[in-house]
Amino acid sequence: MTITLVNDALRAAAEVTRQASPLAVRGLTVSYGQTPAIFSVDLTLRAGAMTAIVGPNGAGKSTLLKAALDVIKPLAGTVSVFGQPLAQTRDRIAYVPQRASVDWDFPTRVIDVVLMGLYRQLGLLGRVRAPHRAQAMDCLARVGMEDFATRQIGQLSGGQQQRVFLARALAQGADIYVLDEPFAGVDAATEKAIIAVLKGLRDAGKTVVAVHHDLATVPDYFDDVVLLNTQVIAAGPVAQVFTEDNLQAAYGGRLTTARVDPESVAG
Amino acid sequence: MLTDALLLQLGYNATLVTLGAALLGMAAGVAGTFLFLRKRALVSDAISHATLPGVGLAFILMVALGGDGRALPGLLLGAGLSAAVGLLCVQWLTTRTRLGEDAAIGAVLSVFFGLGVVILTVIQTMNAGRQAGLEGFLLGSTAGMLRADAILLAVSAALVLALVLLLRRPLALAAFDPAYTQATGWSLGRIDLAMMGIVLVVTVVGLKVVGLILIVALLIVPAVTARFWTDRTDHVVLIAGAVGGLSGYVGAASSAVAPALPTGPIIVLVGFALFLMSLLLSPGRGVLASVLAHRRYQRRVHMRQGLLALAQGQPIFEALTQRLMQRAGLVRRDGVATAQGQAAASKALRDETRWSIVRADSSFAVAATRYDGLTPIEDVLTPDQLAEVDARIAAPQVVL
Repeated sequence: MTITLVNDALRAAAEVTRQASPLAVRGLTVSYGQTPAIFSVDLTLRAGAMTAIVGPNGAGKSTLLKAALDVIKPLAGTVSVFGQPLAQTRDRIAYVPQRASVDWDFPTRVIDVVLMGLYRQLGLLGRVRAPHRAQAMDCLARVGMEDFATRQIGQLSGGQQQRVFLARALAQGADIYVLDEPFAGVDAATEKAIIAVLKGLRDAGKTVVAVHHDLATVPDYFDDVVLLNTQVIAAGPVAQVFTEDNLQAAYGGRLTTARVDPESVAG
Repeated sequence: MLTDALLLQLGYNATLVTLGAALLGMAAGVAGTFLFLRKRALVSDAISHATLPGVGLAFILMVALGGDGRALPGLLLGAGLSAAVGLLCVQWLTTRTRLGEDAAIGAVLSVFFGLGVVILTVIQTMNAGRQAGLEGFLLGSTAGMLRADAILLAVSAALVLALVLLLRRPLALAAFDPAYTQATGWSLGRIDLAMMGIVLVVTVVGLKVVGLILIVALLIVPAVTARFWTDRTDHVVLIAGAVGGLSGYVGAASSAVAPALPTGPIIVLVGFALFLMSLLLSPGRGVLASVLAHRRYQRRVHMRQGLLALAQGQPIFEALTQRLMQRAGLVRRDGVATAQGQAAASKALRDETRWSIVRADSSFAVAATRYDGLTPIEDVLTPDQLAEVDARIAAPQVVL
């Protein structure tokens, strides 16, 4: 009897945490054919923290984010945003897709891409007025791209493209920022600029979650970490979770090929 | 005669049909832009070929019910229904089987078209079928169009234009970044459905004018033509509308002069002429501009390499480099540098030295991204920064 009582209490406490969490997923499973890309993933983001999702190639990191945002349909699982269903809380989430997922020869300018972040607010026919443009320019300035506003997006370097995507997310003025590999293939200056913006968001009380590849920078950049390999191997504050043992469990034999600085790994 | 037709001097009906075709061309150009940007251009080919069985069956049904088999609204209704079935088949094959969209399009297009041809052949053997004129749906024929038909054309085209205006933002968003669209809470499925619905209307209404074989050209050619002239989505849409409108106008007017000529091919040829002109002559993306820009760039690279070779006292091997430098008066015919050449060479070398300092120093990281081997460093750094760089050239820093 006592044991069930304790279990009930624990479960209730977990439920309270989930209700308060900016983004909580439970039992999320996505499969391509009969092979699960992610299997029964539970994840509860901490408000006002930066969380890294880390794992080997094919671990389902991007899939997890996409399924959490309903970009791909999960086979099973529920998602809640601040305790409410996703459908009612879309405007509180900004998503930055992988840079390589779009055609950069698309006929559009930098400023137009950032204005896309205001489309929900503008609606179908609302006119883009001076304040909207000023807001978009402000977002470009925050990522150091204000001089590129009228360039065609194909003329940008990879790092600049990534910054424009971030500016579009900023324009949404969301509470949760979900980024899919924001540092993939970007130059050092861009990485610095992006991490500064993300830390600024966190310090303003926003919640940030990003798929991240460079294990060496995890402790520098992030507060929390989720180690994923189809299932969640470990999740929590970097100091407790980002350990040699957990990494070994997530990466298996492949850890030797991953660049890990032993000093950056706790314990 | 053609001038008369182009100036709308051939009577009320011909004028109405010409204006209707122009409006249809605009609608097709505008709607087709989003199809092109979404990279689903060929789906419209499947849709248009899938109209044929519907046309034939509608004819048979109307005759069987004792009506006039040639009534355009009835034929178009049949065309629309069978095109919708074809579209659903493409969607189903693409999403529910392992077939790719290209294979699905090929399968649906050929099967529906084959079925349509069989039905038309059957109709030829019917008594009422002899003068049906249904073959006009293959290549388009505006001859003999009634006033009511022209009005139907114009109203539908106007409806399409209004719908695209209303939905331009989600349509553009879905074409550029489908994942973001979905994540932001728009329904990608519904946006695509709306786009296909719009394309379906254009196709069905355009059947009589352009014909089902060539309607894909009226949807796609204006968009690819417009893409040569601008880097902005809204401008592509407007230019594509203009190109489509002009094609439809000229095509229908020519058809009024020479009723034996099928309208569709003329419309397509006008569009093609505009496309060809854009391909060759457009300032940004045109073939001519690309060739010129490439040659200009090549010359700058050769000049730069030549100057650096001079500065370092190395011989210049490439004939193009020698020729360019002689022409610019930088070297004499025997390959010895002129005074002007000496000055330019040492300037180039100093530039490179300055750049190498800038690129090695992380505090200049932003400026370093501007390095392309050609840009003068004065364009990138302030005089103060330059002075700092020069100080380091004069006195190499000692690393601790």
